[in-house]
Amino acid sequence: MSSFFLPAATLWQRELVRFWRQKSRVLGVVASPLVFWLLIGYGSNDLARFYAGALVLTVMFSAIFSTISIIEDRREGFLLSMLVSPAPRTSMVLGKIMGAATLAWIQGLIFLAFAPLAGVRVGILELFPIAAAIFLISFTLTGLGFAIAWRMDSTSGFHAIMNLLLVPMWMVSGSLFPMATAHGWVKAIMWVNPLTYSIALLNHVLRLPNAAPGEMESLAVTAGFGLVLLLVCGMMAAQKSTRSAA
Amino acid sequence: MIQVENLTHRYGDRVALSNISFEVKKGEIFGLLGPNGGGKSTLFRILATMMVPTEGRALLAGHDVVRDAAAVRRHVGVVFQTQSLDKALTVEENLRAQGHLHGLSGAVLRERMEDAMGKLGLADRRKDLVETLSGGLRRRVEIAKALLHRPPILLMDEASTGLDPAARRDVSRHVEMLRNHEGVTILLTTHILEEAGRCDRLVLLHQGNIVAQGSPAELRSCIGGDVVVLDSANSAALAAGIQQRFGLTPVVRDGQVRVEIPNGHRFIAEVVEAFPGAIDSVGLHKPSLEDVFIRQTGATIE
Repeated sequence: MSSFFLPAATLWQRELVRFWRQKSRVLGVVASPLVFWLLIGYGSNDLARFYAGALVLTVMFSAIFSTISIIEDRREGFLLSMLVSPAPRTSMVLGKIMGAATLAWIQGLIFLAFAPLAGVRVGILELFPIAAAIFLISFTLTGLGFAIAWRMDSTSGFHAIMNLLLVPMWMVSGSLFPMATAHGWVKAIMWVNPLTYSIALLNHVLRLPNAAPGEMESLAVTAGFGLVLLLVCGMMAAQKSTRSAA
Repeated sequence: MIQVENLTHRYGDRVALSNISFEVKKGEIFGLLGPNGGGKSTLFRILATMMVPTEGRALLAGHDVVRDAAAVRRHVGVVFQTQSLDKALTVEENLRAQGHLHGLSGAVLRERMEDAMGKLGLADRRKDLVETLSGGLRRRVEIAKALLHRPPILLMDEASTGLDPAARRDVSRHVEMLRNHEGVTILLTTHILEEAGRCDRLVLLHQGNIVAQGSPAELRSCIGGDVVVLDSANSAALAAGIQQRFGLTPVVRDGQVRVEIPNGHRFIAEVVEAFPGAIDSVGLHKPSLEDVFIRQTGATIE
């Protein structure tokens, strides 16, 4: 047991220590979604409608930032020693994803401090389901980032995917316009887009409008997607290859 | 301690290793010498269980790198060419994290860390962030890290590349100490002749093949006598002349004519006499590993 959880815990801890020592990262991750949100929100006079989307964007930026480091870390960094240690690859995946998800979660919580601007009042009791939902979304997005980054040889490839897949995925998730008013094929994409359910989940726990899929449905899809990604990442990392792992 | 049998590796159509076999005995410092792209890194990655070879097998401490990678990883410490340290963490934090990867914790881990830091002379730098350390010190932290689980085998990939000569000697000294005092078997890859010369035995790798193997002294002795190097404006003509006149087989490389010959000093007098004005400068040296490599492959290492 300890040979599985100890490596995972040490990787998790490493992410937090690194983060603490580079605190300026917080600013970079939280600032741009905040600016987007304020511009779009004040411009359309509807801060509440775009709040959940901006929070998910914060979490997504943080998850991308953390998982992109896998590519460099594996070629020239601590992950190299992971790869040649007897620790199971699956424990490495768990440690890295949990670590990165925790960072995304913390930054999501920082963004939550701006909720009153959207007219959301968060009581102590409401904080728990909200924090849990933000963590679940952080976990899922980190898993997505890991799955993309694992096979990548260069960070520029990751940037391309980010612009072509992740950002559009966020755009058609109900962050900018609700599923109810979407047209044609975009509506179909929204329906299959897992992020739609993340945004909806957040709107539900924050008691904001425009939550198209139901509460339970949103929770199930977000959690299910996260679990599938975790399994995919574990399988990818455990695979033996005639190509070098680093 | 290390057995490599008929190892072949291909990247698509490109053959990186072709039917390599050799053995490393317990307590040896064994070198893989060759130019970049010669197959060293491929061999290193296979031995370090980072990838699976196309054909053949390799055993480390009796365990197969493919079928029993986990057992190999318990018996092998790996020192990477590129840094595997977390620069944002201190020396101690890096070592502790590495210990955790190997399932070490508590008092045992603390004792191992003290021991490794003591051996590599890092005890007074334990609280320093790795990013503040010099290249030589970082390499010592890498080695300390690789030793925490007390592996009987240490694999080192270009461990002294990028270090200045003083730091390089310092790393070599620590490696020799590990072998002498702890009986650790060490396999290292290098393209630095000085480092290769300090190994007990070597294989010379070129284009995925072993072109020579033996101790540095054995390898050098396959060249009889001395190496004479002649600079000439027209080296091809000079080489042809030497071949005709002395019955030798000179090699032309980079505008220089190289001749292997016993009693080189006498040959120099004769050759300068025989081709007045054709020779710009003359050099004589005892055979080096580079000469061995040139003789076997026609190519240089560095």
